[in-house]
Amino acid sequence: MYSTMNSTANRVWVILIIATATTYWVGESGMTNNNGTRAVWAMFGLAFVKGFLIIYDYMELRHAPTKWKLGIISWLVFVISLILFAYWLGQRHN
Amino acid sequence: MIVQNLDRPTKDQPRLPGDLIIWVFIVGELTTFAVLFLVYAFARARNVALFNESQLTLDLTSGAINTVLLITGSWLVVKAVHAVKDDQARKGAYWLMSGMACGFAFLGVKWLEYGDKSAAGLDISTNTFYTFYFSLTFFHFMHVIVGLVFLGVVLPKTWRREYGKNNHNTLESSAAYWHMVDLLWIVLFPLIYVMR
Repeated sequence: MYSTMNSTANRVWVILIIATATTYWVGESGMTNNNGTRAVWAMFGLAFVKGFLIIYDYMELRHAPTKWKLGIISWLVFVISLILFAYWLGQRHN
Repeated sequence: MIVQNLDRPTKDQPRLPGDLIIWVFIVGELTTFAVLFLVYAFARARNVALFNESQLTLDLTSGAINTVLLITGSWLVVKAVHAVKDDQARKGAYWLMSGMACGFAFLGVKWLEYGDKSAAGLDISTNTFYTFYFSLTFFHFMHVIVGLVFLGVVLPKTWRREYGKNNHNTLESSAAYWHMVDLLWIVLFPLIYVMR
């Protein structure tokens, strides 16, 4: 069982590193400059995937009671949604 | 004869890793950081030009290196917990030390970054962006230290094999807090260093 859990943890680590490299590339390439809305949405989409994997597989909430699992995932959805809403407001007013 | 592994969660038997109190603490921390993240995001919406201009002075590479360090630190602590659950506590202690090394490296990189900002004459009072940058990142920096303290507390007991297959709740609690520190940075990095 634990060798399976370890291999899941290893796979998650690879995904997290690739997602981080992608975010770094998005930032370095300047894709988020000049109202790069799609790049910002994609970047926070990646942040959601990373956060979800950490919550499920590293914090081990995959097998936790539903209220805890949904509660922490809801935090992530709530925070990222409002950040994107604030980003949209910023683009509208500036 | 049916042998039931009590440690293994099943579909009918969900299990919250670690102690309940650490999860209550984690919910409190996540709520606090959510407020800070959103105050930053809405403050930025009112002054995009200033935030974008100031953000250009941040070192994206340092931020990315620190992300890799926290992700790797989390992964190593996951391996530590798995090793202990497999009754290989000494191996778990080595993984734990490796995870902590990533945490210390994170603090080192962040400290250098603060040094660079200070040398450039930038501080918490430079403008609104820097007030947020220093406050948010330093608050997170303090949480990395708390996470390291938690891991430091369970390390000697792990080394002495006091944790094992049937006794690892405290280790799991420390690990959960450590992963929360990682989770917070996963949102903080794109928000402050990349979003323009």
